[in-house]
Amino acid sequence: MRQQIPLLITFIVGTLLIVSVFIPPFGDLETTFNIWFDIIAVFAFFLGGGNLLRVHINKLRKRKRDWGFSIVTIVGFLVMLIAGLFKIGNPGDIASAVDAPGSLFYDIFNSVQYPLSATMYSLLAFFVASASYRAFRAKNREATLLLIAAFIILLGRTPFGVMLTYWVPDSTSLLQIPNLAIWIMNSPNLAGQRAIMIGIGLGVISMSLRLILGIERSYLGGDK
Amino acid sequence: MEHFALWLSAFLTLGILSFLYKDNPWYKLSEAIFVGISAGFWFVTLFWDNLVGKFWDGWQDEPMLFVGAALGFLMLLRLVPKIGWISRWPLAFIVGATSGLWLMNYLASNIMVQVQATIQPLFSISYASGFDAGWGAIISSLVIVVGTFTGLVYFFFSKEHKGAFGGAARVGIFFIMITFGASFGYTVMSRMSLLIGRMDFLLGDWLGMIG
Repeated sequence: MRQQIPLLITFIVGTLLIVSVFIPPFGDLETTFNIWFDIIAVFAFFLGGGNLLRVHINKLRKRKRDWGFSIVTIVGFLVMLIAGLFKIGNPGDIASAVDAPGSLFYDIFNSVQYPLSATMYSLLAFFVASASYRAFRAKNREATLLLIAAFIILLGRTPFGVMLTYWVPDSTSLLQIPNLAIWIMNSPNLAGQRAIMIGIGLGVISMSLRLILGIERSYLGGDK
Repeated sequence: MEHFALWLSAFLTLGILSFLYKDNPWYKLSEAIFVGISAGFWFVTLFWDNLVGKFWDGWQDEPMLFVGAALGFLMLLRLVPKIGWISRWPLAFIVGATSGLWLMNYLASNIMVQVQATIQPLFSISYASGFDAGWGAIISSLVIVVGTFTGLVYFFFSKEHKGAFGGAARVGIFFIMITFGASFGYTVMSRMSLLIGRMDFLLGDWLGMIG
C-alpha cells in the first residue's frame, strides 16, 4: 500500500500529462497541474522553514560551535517573515504588493538581501580565476582547445580584444577577435550545445519513462 | 534611513569579500544574515504569490485548487512519524507531473527542434538567383552538422569507442571542449560584471570616489 499508491499516482499523473498533448480537451491539465505544483511548493517551504528553525534552535540549545551565528540566522528569518507576512510599513493596505517600495520587506531586500547575494556570486570570480589557473594548464589537446575557446570568448567581449586585432583587414575580418568569438559561439559552440541538449533530452525522456512506469522508485525512499 | 541602509549594505558587502582573506567572524555574520534573510524572503514570496495569489484568491472560481492544497497539506504529515508515509503522495504527484511535462517538452524542444535546426540545406540554387550561399555560411553549417553528429557519437556509450566510431567520438570531444570553454568564458564574464557592480557600489555609492 505504502509503495503502490504513490506509484499509481505517479503513473496516472504522468500518463495524463502525456495524453493531454494529443487530446485538446485535456489541454488545460498542464496549467492546472502547474498551479497545484506551486501550491504544494508553499507547503514544502513550510517544512523547509521549520527545518531551518529546528536545526538552528538545536545548535543553540546544545551550545555547538558558532552557535551565536544561529541566533543571527533565526532573527534574520523571523524579521523577514514578520516584515513580509504582516506587510509592515507598506504604503498601501494589506492588499498592496508585498514588495511595494517603502515597505520594510522592500528595504531589507534592497539593503541586505541584494548586496549579500550579488557579492556572494561575485566572490566566485576569484575562485573561478584561481581554479582556472590550476585546471587550465594546456596538458593535452582537449584542455588546450578549452583554454583557447575560453580565452577568445573572454577577449572578444572586452575592448582590449577589439584593440588587439583592429588592424586586421576587412577581407579577413573573421580573424578579428570579436568576430572570431561570435563565430565560435555560433558554430562549434552551437554544435557542442546541440549535442549536449539532445543528449540531455534523451536522458530526461528515458528517466521520465522509468519514473512513470514505476521502474525508478528511489524517490519513495525506504519501505517504512 | 537611507544613510543607514547604505552603510549596512557596505558593511555586509565587505563582510562577504573579507572571505578572500580567510574565514572570519565578519564573514560568518554576513553569511548567517544571508541564510536567514534569504529563507524568509522566499517563504514570504511563495506565501503571497502562490498560496494567497493562486489558491486563496482563486478557489471560489476553481474549487479543484483544493486538491492542490490538500496535497500540500499531506506533505506536512511528514512531521507525524506514524502516518509520515502519506507525505509520499504529494511527492508522487510532483514526480509524475514533472515526468509527464518534461517528457513531452524535452522531446519537442531539446530533440525535435535541435535536430530540425541542424538538418538544413547548405545552400540554395534557383533559376532567379543561381547558386546562393557564401562559402563562410557553408563551412559554418558543415561545422554545426559535424559537431552535433560527432558530439552525439561521443555520448553513445553502448559501443566501444574504437576505429571509425572512436575517431568520430574524439572529434566530438573537441567540439564539446570548445563548448565548455565558451560556457566558462561566459560564466567568468557574468561573475566579473557582478564584481564590477559591487565595486561600483563601494567606490561610487558608498565612498563617492567615482562619479
